[in-house]
Amino acid sequence: MANFKHPQILIASNLTDGEVVFLGASGWERDHRRARVALNAEEAAALEASGKRDISANRVVDVYLADVEIGGDGAPTPMHYRERMRVKGPSVRLDLGKQAASGGAP
Amino acid sequence: MTAVDLRVAQRPNAPLTTYRYDEYDAAFVRERVAEFREQVRRRLSGALTEEEFRPFRLMNGLYLQLHAYMLRVAIPYGTLTARQMRRLADIADKWDKGYGHFTTRQNLQYNWPKLVDTPDILEALADVEMHAIQTSGNCIRNVTADHFAGVAPDEIEDPRPTAEFLRQWSSLHPEFSFLPRKFKIAVTGAEHDRAAIMVHDIGLRIVRNAAGETGYQVVVGGGLGRSPFVGKVVGDFVPRHDLLAFLEAIMRVYNRFGRRDNKYKARIKILVHEKGIDDIRADVEAEFAAMDRSVFAHDPEEFERVAGFFAPPPYETLPRDSQMLRAAKLETPAFANFADVNVSAHKIPGYAIVTVSLKPIGGVPGDATSDQMRVLADASERFGFGELRVSHEQNIILPHVKQDDLFALWLMLDAAGLATANAGLVSDIIACPGMDYCSLATARSIPIAQAISKRFADMSRQRRIGKLGIKISGCINACGHHHVGAIGILGLEKKGQESYQITLGGDPTFSASIGEILGPGVTSEQVPDVIEHLVDFYLAEREEGEAFIDTWRRIGHARFKDALRREGEDGADI
Repeated sequence: MANFKHPQILIASNLTDGEVVFLGASGWERDHRRARVALNAEEAAALEASGKRDISANRVVDVYLADVEIGGDGAPTPMHYRERMRVKGPSVRLDLGKQAASGGAP
Repeated sequence: MTAVDLRVAQRPNAPLTTYRYDEYDAAFVRERVAEFREQVRRRLSGALTEEEFRPFRLMNGLYLQLHAYMLRVAIPYGTLTARQMRRLADIADKWDKGYGHFTTRQNLQYNWPKLVDTPDILEALADVEMHAIQTSGNCIRNVTADHFAGVAPDEIEDPRPTAEFLRQWSSLHPEFSFLPRKFKIAVTGAEHDRAAIMVHDIGLRIVRNAAGETGYQVVVGGGLGRSPFVGKVVGDFVPRHDLLAFLEAIMRVYNRFGRRDNKYKARIKILVHEKGIDDIRADVEAEFAAMDRSVFAHDPEEFERVAGFFAPPPYETLPRDSQMLRAAKLETPAFANFADVNVSAHKIPGYAIVTVSLKPIGGVPGDATSDQMRVLADASERFGFGELRVSHEQNIILPHVKQDDLFALWLMLDAAGLATANAGLVSDIIACPGMDYCSLATARSIPIAQAISKRFADMSRQRRIGKLGIKISGCINACGHHHVGAIGILGLEKKGQESYQITLGGDPTFSASIGEILGPGVTSEQVPDVIEHLVDFYLAEREEGEAFIDTWRRIGHARFKDALRREGEDGADI
């Protein structure tokens, strides 16, 4: 908790299809722009607690917090290129999947 | 039995040159599918936690990657039938996104399967005698082999019967299902190593002794990854009747002494490096002498039965050289380039081995669409006895094509975007999936390969450069074999950015060597410039007949480093 430096969102993989999901206000979302953003350590802990409950409920796996920046439109963008990749999809095969819409660049 | 098993001929669409499941094999694979279906059901119901389920899914080749699950399908020693290739295409369409990725271990990976669909996918694979067992986990993985097996003119013996024996021996071997770490075996029977046996945990080279007997030179402790090593000879000539017992002895020594306290030091290469090959050899020989070898005794009848599956197809008697081929080359320069670069000599007069490149300019190395897979299946049936191979260089091989048919084949491939004439050239790049797909990756690989490929898009320039192996890995695990690339590229993270470390002088063949680092890492944008400068320097320095690696070995690493530094000083922004 002492290491809280940036706003954070909770990322996971959906159990049934493995696709990337983000914890939103009312459940897991496929669109990161709908992710709930933790602005302090307490809020981040609350996100993590929700994630642990949903691991136990067999909804998601591989849950972790990722640092984000908040854009002018209020939407969070991961700070690390790995998580940006997870948000946008692969940077190849731009004819397919969510990268077709996002452009896929990290 | 020396004749081809009648079961093979009775099956539709079955080439004569591929191992076919017997009743035991078929039942075993079906049982595993049913077992996994139940495990998935229990996972989805919550009866199994992820921690409990993970080993089960990994044992069936199912990973959880960056964007989705990934299913790795085993292609034993890289051999496929047309029927199997079509099924891979159908699976890609029905349960994935219409494409698959052929890997450096001769496997196929689907990047987007759903957990809930995986049992059905495995069932569909079982229908065509395929599975995903032991494509993950700390066990003996898919045994790989020379992709020119059975057709190469420089071959002493077809390595596939041996590879099939090893597959049967290693599948669900009770002692070796929980090794300290994963274990990879490659086999070649040729004078030139196309299977990279020197950088496998065990590499087998089929050899003949002075008495003319066939046996195996056994190399152990090779590997890439975080700590790359070239393997060392642990058995100079192991007779065939001792092979399984000798390998069993090696595995027992590894299982007993291999480190389990640190996964980065758990591969057998570390054990060989730390103990020394002489100690390892002594341990193996002691184990070999002490063990009950009767259970591993060679069964010549069974070997002959297995070898029968790989009997040569019914070749026609043809002149050594085809007039039709000669005429077509004169008439169609693009075909002539293909024939010169992607076609290799065959041991049977009038036939040829065709490498179908999965590296179109700007494409994703190793990827094939489902439509392309079907074209390859059709082409193999029309022109090559229905057999295909996957090479560890991530290309597809048609091993038995009549020279007379090469032009018609080329037309068919060209229409499907499969006629890129770059086999072995600078744009025939090995690349792992990297961070575009892989959860372990520290940087992307594929876009780097695409950028280099586009930089060298001029095919006449590629032919002038000649053979040059560029290999790219997106992390230190080295799935893209960067350590043994004449030019290797390793993607790392440096201060929150992708950074690429370049090595020179790697060699995956019998003269294996590990590449040396060129200097500090460069950005993704700089990589094509650096590669181009290195290639230009090589072209300026090379002597007649020298490949890149030869020039590098002759003039030394320092000259290449100096050349690159001078380019940077001249304002090349490197």
